[in-house]
Amino acid sequence: MNNDTLIPYVGVVTDIRQDTPDVKTFRVVSPEGGKVFEHMPGQCAMLSVPGVGEGMFSITSSPTNKEFMEFSIKKCGCLTTWLHAMEVGQQITIRGPYGNHFPVETELKGKDLLFIAGGIGLAPLRSVINYVRDKRENYGNIQIVYGSRSKDDLVDYQEILDEWMNDDGVEVNLTIENPQEGRDGHVGFVPNYVKELNPSTNKTVLVCGPPIMIKFTLAGLKELGFTETQVYTTMELRMKCAVGKCGRCNIGNKYVCKDGPVFRFDQLDELPDEY
Amino acid sequence: MLKIAKNRLNELFAAIAEKQTLYIPVDREDGAAEYRKWENGCEMSGALNTVRSAKDFFFPQTENLVDFKMEGKNIEVIDIRKESEDFVIFGVKACDARSFTILDKVFLVDPVDSYYKTRRDHGTVVTMACTRPSETCFCGVFGIDATAPEGDAACFSDGENIFFKANTEKGQAFIDSISSMLEEGDTAKLDEVQAKTKGILEKLPLANLSTDSFGGARLKEHFNSDKWGELSEACLGCGTCTFVCPTCQCYDIKDFNTGHGIKRFRCWDSCMYSDFTKMAHGNPRLTQLERFRQRFMHKLVYFPANNEGEFGCVGCGRCLSKCPISMNIVKVMKALEVK
Repeated sequence: MNNDTLIPYVGVVTDIRQDTPDVKTFRVVSPEGGKVFEHMPGQCAMLSVPGVGEGMFSITSSPTNKEFMEFSIKKCGCLTTWLHAMEVGQQITIRGPYGNHFPVETELKGKDLLFIAGGIGLAPLRSVINYVRDKRENYGNIQIVYGSRSKDDLVDYQEILDEWMNDDGVEVNLTIENPQEGRDGHVGFVPNYVKELNPSTNKTVLVCGPPIMIKFTLAGLKELGFTETQVYTTMELRMKCAVGKCGRCNIGNKYVCKDGPVFRFDQLDELPDEY
Repeated sequence: MLKIAKNRLNELFAAIAEKQTLYIPVDREDGAAEYRKWENGCEMSGALNTVRSAKDFFFPQTENLVDFKMEGKNIEVIDIRKESEDFVIFGVKACDARSFTILDKVFLVDPVDSYYKTRRDHGTVVTMACTRPSETCFCGVFGIDATAPEGDAACFSDGENIFFKANTEKGQAFIDSISSMLEEGDTAKLDEVQAKTKGILEKLPLANLSTDSFGGARLKEHFNSDKWGELSEACLGCGTCTFVCPTCQCYDIKDFNTGHGIKRFRCWDSCMYSDFTKMAHGNPRLTQLERFRQRFMHKLVYFPANNEGEFGCVGCGRCLSKCPISMNIVKVMKALEVK
């Protein structure tokens, strides 16, 4: 019988990293070793613990990583609480990859890129950031503006310090919401920080974070002279099937799981304001 | 045209049922009609249509997708799909027959839903032309001819005889398989019956309902209409419209722990339910207005936007007769009509 996308594969969790007080990053491989499937930056996978639940998560590792996939997951509901409690060696189920991806091989190629992330919103962008870092010759300068509540809430902090900040042609601007002892970096909200940094409008922008942050960031970018056609984001809504059939993530004539999760802001303008 | 005398229908059913499982609409004890597996003694219902639509045959209300065996940290995925058997659904009306082609546009587009496709492949749809449409019928509004139903094979009754016409290869094979029981018949009386039915269809109260105001081009206009508040005000969110609807296809996937393994089920769901879009961190549709609007926008605007103008309604009228607050798609279409 032919396979069906609703029947998942088994994945083994081989590493669990406590990123922040409420975010853990899980490394997943196939029981036989290696990745369960290939993906493109921005695509997602349905992870499940049978009997607990199934949910859509962005794949935070880059496709250029040939050994494993990673998922940065915030503890938020039933399934994610269960995932946070599990130990290395635990098997879960995984199916995908689902959705479209950031246009890394088309529109983004050769461009100067500006990544703007808030909190766990870094997870989907990390896949793109590491992809373009690994294929450096195909892209222009990279600027990353990333903010969180506190220093402890910055996801992938160690990787940012050890790798991203040491790369040529990569500028990292971190910010936290409130002053914190022992840290002398920028303090303030992401949208305001972006305005302060006053990035060149020839950059293509990829933004992900809480809805309120995205809203103000987009407004700020427009003030700086950016147009909606040069700003991409990635969305999430409740999903069950992940292939545009169960009806849950339907907004207007689009399904976030299948037509998204990556949208350009001018495309979002055509949809009803319901996300 | 090949025909069989109506009083030999049971013989015919017995012959079909010898080769394949046969389902026909029968009258329940309470008088309402529903599809049942044919057994000797089953009489075909004379009702206009079944209470539930025929979508169950291809998209059942509940189905087991996959099982899991959990042992320590390990998971075994068990594909429980079995070889399907061929079956025949006899007596499907034109509206329900069209609903299958609408569901096909959801389940048979890439990635194909193999559960649905297997049943589609194994099922033969034999339709029955309507002779007594009711005042809640409005299939004609969506370009459906109740006197010439789609399906693999179509049947037509002149009161005494049932005539057969193949619409597909599968339908021809079905007619060939029963041809020894059929004979050539004169259609003069059938033509009269058909003409009379067409006359009734033209005079139905909803025959002049217009779809001109709907379709993908009017997305923002209808979404932002100020009519939704009034239309949705009394909606109980009971989901009856969704469950009797032949084209509603939203579903849920949930796991059930049997005590000796996990069974994953797919069940019908309704976008009118409050938890349909509820996530751990919030819900984009908090009010019944938004959920009500979603269902009708999907049928009248979003679905046609993605499917060459085809609407997600077949005018079967079930929601008109079943909604406890008498709200329905006809009222929505009239309220939103752009004059």
